[in-house]
Amino acid sequence: MTRLSNPFRRRRSRDHDATGAEAVPVVPQPVEVAAPEAPVDIAPNDPLLAYLQGASGAVGIEGLELDSPALAELRDAGVKLVVPLVSQGELIGVLNLGARLSEQEYSSDDRKLLDNLAAHAAPALRVGQLVREQEAEAATRQRFEQELEVARLIQQNFLPKELPELPGWSVSAFYRPAREVGGDFYDVIPLADGRVGLVVGDVTDKGVPAALVMSATRSVLRASAQRIIEPGAVLERVNEHLCPDMPEKMFVTCLYGVLDPQTGLLRFANAGHDVPYVKTAHGVGELRARGMPLGLMPGMAYEEKETTLEPGDSVLLHSDGIVEAHDPDREMFGFPRLKETVGSAPGGQKLIDRVLTDLERFTGPEAEQEDDITMVTLERSSGGERPVAHADGNVVAEFELPSEPGGEREAIARVASAVEGLGIEPIRLERLGTAVGEATMNAMEHGNEYRADRPVSIRILHDPDRLRVQVSDAGEGGELAAPEAPDLEAKLEGRQAPRGWGLMLIEKMVDEVRATGEGSGHTLELTLRLEGGTDADE
Amino acid sequence: MPTNELSVAVRAEDGVATMDLTGELDSSAEAALQAGYAEAAQSSPGVIVLNFAATDYINSTGIALIVGLLGQARSRGVEVRAHGLSAHYREIFEITRLADFMTIVDSENSALDGAERNEHA
Repeated sequence: MTRLSNPFRRRRSRDHDATGAEAVPVVPQPVEVAAPEAPVDIAPNDPLLAYLQGASGAVGIEGLELDSPALAELRDAGVKLVVPLVSQGELIGVLNLGARLSEQEYSSDDRKLLDNLAAHAAPALRVGQLVREQEAEAATRQRFEQELEVARLIQQNFLPKELPELPGWSVSAFYRPAREVGGDFYDVIPLADGRVGLVVGDVTDKGVPAALVMSATRSVLRASAQRIIEPGAVLERVNEHLCPDMPEKMFVTCLYGVLDPQTGLLRFANAGHDVPYVKTAHGVGELRARGMPLGLMPGMAYEEKETTLEPGDSVLLHSDGIVEAHDPDREMFGFPRLKETVGSAPGGQKLIDRVLTDLERFTGPEAEQEDDITMVTLERSSGGERPVAHADGNVVAEFELPSEPGGEREAIARVASAVEGLGIEPIRLERLGTAVGEATMNAMEHGNEYRADRPVSIRILHDPDRLRVQVSDAGEGGELAAPEAPDLEAKLEGRQAPRGWGLMLIEKMVDEVRATGEGSGHTLELTLRLEGGTDADE
Repeated sequence: MPTNELSVAVRAEDGVATMDLTGELDSSAEAALQAGYAEAAQSSPGVIVLNFAATDYINSTGIALIVGLLGQARSRGVEVRAHGLSAHYREIFEITRLADFMTIVDSENSALDGAERNEHA
């Protein structure tokens, strides 16, 4: 029996090597024929192959003159006659016959009979081969699908089943895995004091390995978020946990934010994940914070930033499956398009729908999704429940002042005249004046270093239950050194510099002080409560 | 915005040196305040009275200057009193605890009364 050697067998069997080998040895055992014992391999470059391919019927090999190792082998094995099995012009096997048991030569009738047999056997053999090939392909596909299914199950098991209800807010999420499930994940974690943790992340790699790393990340993150409030510290901890067991060449990008739904304050840190967008009355901004992906290196620190979401503001957290989607010309969707969509669409679920519509229009409706797509949107209601009072936070005044020593007096005077007529008690106005003066001084001196090209901008917002003054410098952002808490005894004894009272005064003079750092520069927001407004320090 | 730089007038009488602070107490006031203190200290008073009645602005730098002056006075055993502070600045003196280290009174008379009582004591 002859076996075609592997390379030849593969010609029609695609990737599934076992198929051809088993398909060939369908060798009828004609009566009176002594079958050679061992199969004979015909190498793909053996001239015998070409000869058989071109033969019109059974070939007696005794008189054949070819420089063919297989031919020699066949002769050694006692083969006298080789009948090619040809289906659709392709040689798919051979019948090898030894000498007739009667020791007579094969007659022309014998040959005709054999040719006839081969003509019928070849298509049947081919069908058999194809069935085997398809079965093998199906089995491989099924294994692959099963693995994908496992990955999908792991993934979905670790995505939130439902999102928490936040009065005054709407939280929406969207997750659609690519066929080869990627490592995207998101989470919305209820925390102590009514705060909420928001997570969007992406594990490099796909399938089951990515899903397993994703589930580990998600578990450590959930546990850490309950214990630690600062988002930067949470990511640090998750990184420390992941590093020792992270498979090589894998890492996790992750954005983690903590929202205080009462105040709208969103503190966040970012481990190399795509930057979220925030849409406010002033346009679309990015929530940037520096940090390396998780699981690469231990001992990483994660910058922490914050922003306050006003009524009507919305945030989009997203994964790279959106911006890295391609159109038919292989152009990427990219950040600018996504930013544009955020700018032109409403927030919440409607934003998610719009992104999906824009994305489909870009890639074409038939395109297969390349990577997981994940979005989480957060929108502060502009009406309803508590934010009613804040909804009409009118900008009372907005102005810029050059940074120069003594410039804070102008700020105090302009704020005083802007809020005149709002019915605020004179003593509280004086306190506000001092706070505005100190905040402006800080901005001019520390943030802007008294540079002429860096003005301080001041924005005054008023709504029925509070007055807010936002003082912003034009510095390069980053942390300003936190001042030492002033200690009068130490100052009087010369152990502490006499200065350093500014921040303390600001905090004591208004009901609420909040530092925000969106993009470049710093903003200090001073709030006076207007309804029954008692001072925070009293 | 026109600024109103601090001017300091010193009156020394019966062991009490009164510094009348007119204008703004901020970073621009440092030299004037130092000169005023030096002048007040010349009479080796037991008490220095800071008269804030004509001071229309005090910021954190001004507070720091007062702290510096108070530190110098205390190192020489000189008591510091203050009067003429508006309710707002009085609150600030309390918040910063300056009020714990200087007597704050409503009028110059009470400041002086106290001084006299101290002398008689």
